Amino acid sequence: MSEQDPAAAFRIEAADLLDATEQALLDLTHDLASRDLVDTVFRGMHTLKGSGAMFGFDALAAFTHHCETAFDKVRKGIVPASAELVAITLGAMDHMRALVDLDADDPALDEAGNAILERLHAALGSAPDAGGEAPPAAQPMPAANATAAPGGWHIVFRLPAEAMANGTNPLILLDEMRELGDAEVHVLTDTVPPLDELDPTLCYLGWDVTLKGAATREDIEDVFIFVMDDMDLSIEALESEAPPAAGAVQAAASAKAAAPAESPRSPAPRSARAAEESVRVPAGRLDVLMDRVGELVIVQSRLAQLAESGLRGPAGELALRSISEEVERLASELRDTTMVLRMVPIAALFGRFRRLVHDLAHETGKEIELVTEGESTEIDKTVSEQLADPIVHLIRNACDHGLETPEERGEAGKATTGRIRLSAEQAGGEVLITITDDGRGINRQRVRAKAEANGLLQPGQVVPDSELLQMIFHPGFSTAEQVTNLSGRGVGMDVVKRTIEALRGTIDMTSEPGKGSTITLRIPLTLAIIEGLLVRVGQGNYVIPLAAVEECIELSLEEDIRTRGRSMISLRGRLVPFLRLREVFQTGTRPDPYQKIVVIGTGGERVGLVVDQIIGSHQTVIKSLSGLHRRLPSFSGATILGDGGVALILDIVQLVALGQQQEERLRAAG
Amino acid sequence: MPPSHPKPENEVDGATAWDANGQLEVLTFEVGDERLAVEAVTIREILDLLPETPVPGAHALVGSVINFRGKIIPIADLRIAFGMPLEEPTPDSRIVVIEIELDGEETQIGLRTDKVNEVTLLERTTSAPPPVLGMRWRRTYARELARQGEAVIVLPDLPAIFASLSHPQGLGGGETSMGHAA
Repeated sequence: MSEQDPAAAFRIEAADLLDATEQALLDLTHDLASRDLVDTVFRGMHTLKGSGAMFGFDALAAFTHHCETAFDKVRKGIVPASAELVAITLGAMDHMRALVDLDADDPALDEAGNAILERLHAALGSAPDAGGEAPPAAQPMPAANATAAPGGWHIVFRLPAEAMANGTNPLILLDEMRELGDAEVHVLTDTVPPLDELDPTLCYLGWDVTLKGAATREDIEDVFIFVMDDMDLSIEALESEAPPAAGAVQAAASAKAAAPAESPRSPAPRSARAAEESVRVPAGRLDVLMDRVGELVIVQSRLAQLAESGLRGPAGELALRSISEEVERLASELRDTTMVLRMVPIAALFGRFRRLVHDLAHETGKEIELVTEGESTEIDKTVSEQLADPIVHLIRNACDHGLETPEERGEAGKATTGRIRLSAEQAGGEVLITITDDGRGINRQRVRAKAEANGLLQPGQVVPDSELLQMIFHPGFSTAEQVTNLSGRGVGMDVVKRTIEALRGTIDMTSEPGKGSTITLRIPLTLAIIEGLLVRVGQGNYVIPLAAVEECIELSLEEDIRTRGRSMISLRGRLVPFLRLREVFQTGTRPDPYQKIVVIGTGGERVGLVVDQIIGSHQTVIKSLSGLHRRLPSFSGATILGDGGVALILDIVQLVALGQQQEERLRAAG
Repeated sequence: MPPSHPKPENEVDGATAWDANGQLEVLTFEVGDERLAVEAVTIREILDLLPETPVPGAHALVGSVINFRGKIIPIADLRIAFGMPLEEPTPDSRIVVIEIELDGEETQIGLRTDKVNEVTLLERTTSAPPPVLGMRWRRTYARELARQGEAVIVLPDLPAIFASLSHPQGLGGGETSMGHAA
């Protein structure tokens, strides 16, 4: 964002706020009695209302105000929180999102908003009072008459001593009260200690405010909402002294003053907003980056000095080498810290799916629980965004086709609540995302019938189970007998597959009838620089991701000969299959006398790779291979070496699979 | 040497992009005893030979990669596509880096050539699609045969050649498969 557009800043803030509030609402569905959650929701709405009004989003402010008022009843314990209420409020959150994105007024949206508010009031069982029923945009601050005091209010408040250290500014509170009406403020200094005991960081003052005007008790409490828990606050209604008309006129005037802001807002083009992208970076990471840059500047001046001094001979060489080492260290640190800036925890992505599952449970009438794991796994921001749609689709599929209805589950002897597990973990330069359901699993007969109908399979053709399951990723393949609202809208698994492949990832599926299905996405950490182990096989250099390397051992000549045709070594009592990369790559060279075995592993499976020479560790900038080489099974990419040459990066998972196949063949052979 | 003029707009997939005057600007080069031409607009650079890194398991047509300005690009040997015997490079050998669209993706490829000749204009009037008979290689691999003096210049259909890599029945050339995998 080069230009500071306040509305854009608000939109970003509002999106975060809405997300956080929605999460609290979803938590609330599981724990309806939690006061903390109710408070969080209420506070979220309150902040949204306040900043929305500040940035001129009046429709949003007005709508949110009504929701807030309604939710306040829950907060005060007048109405208990119910699943229905939460569901309506979730709908209201969606409406708020629409209002945040909206530039011009849209009558259809107003109607939708009113419908939501009506449902909200119905759910609260409240006879819609004067303020609540009015159309939202018309009356920015409707007075709840029941609590308005004709003569104004007498307010005494004292902030907690450390309030200012916590960021509370009493002046802002006072200003907010002044906005509510004609305020007369007296400061209370009775608790100020003698000078030598005075701590200048603490707040000793209290305030005594006489507020005239049409403000309600709620309006006043709203001013203090963020500090109310710790402070002393007393609000008393004053007897009517002045003629009430004066206050009412004033309030009307202030309402008028606020109103004109809403209509002339010019509609900004939507597309401009979509283009700008921002990343939230923890400040600590920026500090580290700044430190490195600072060091770099110092080294640069050292280098300049050395060049200036014209120092020659061994002394000059020594000084130059020391600077070179320094630069090398800084470059690698700078690179690491910069890469990390783009990484975001996958929690943000996973958070979105809770709402999805909640809605899906409603739509399908199934009981669904979403369990997430590995939310702290970090992933490139761009990748994270592109993963959202495919995962939405996979979760929809799991909810719609995978999970059974509670009755069916009961008959099958399962818990009535279906469970979807979404987990992420980093494994050797890749992020594994798995989506598991404990539903009915894939119906092989139906997949086969459909594949035969589509001509993908010949009738009676024998295919391995894994290939049969892959059929569902073919374009135009849908086994759902009836197209429901959720899935079968033409966006098929093939689109999911294509999106994942565009990220250089892969998608795999396993399924057990009656037990459920698991879909595994393997996404490379794009742009990533990984630590690699550089090895030589024949004439070629290859990089093995260091994260996957478990150990390196020597393959002695005798052992090499002894294991010909068997290719298993015993490693601490366990037989580990190994691949001779010279044979795999058909190098046509003679083996080095002292070959090494690099033992790699993913997810408990291990395989040894026989190489000619281990060159050492190598900082590997992953470069993708062109489309002509991308389908090769053994390589996940390539990197450029210090001399400008190219080294291919081995695809660990594929090689492990290859090793396992070999082991199975050997076992089968006896 | 990126070309200064933009791609002709009338270009259709699989068709030769003659300009309004019925001409086509090409770079001609030699591979074996054939004289080939590639549209000048697709040329990115002409390189001296670089150290190549063989890619085990890849099709022999694109059996190696090079580091081209920080990008890893495949090196293609058109001899494989045209069924010519392989030969050692000579001092005249060059790599012509082109950029073409494959599977909807702009792809840079280095073409191994024995000699780079010149940038010249082909005339539509002296060109014809390849004949049905009398070709020693697959007809779909050439778009045009253009006469220039005594010589015949072949305009290969590079997308068709490289697309055949994705399909198993592809080329007749030597497939170096991963021997153990079977």
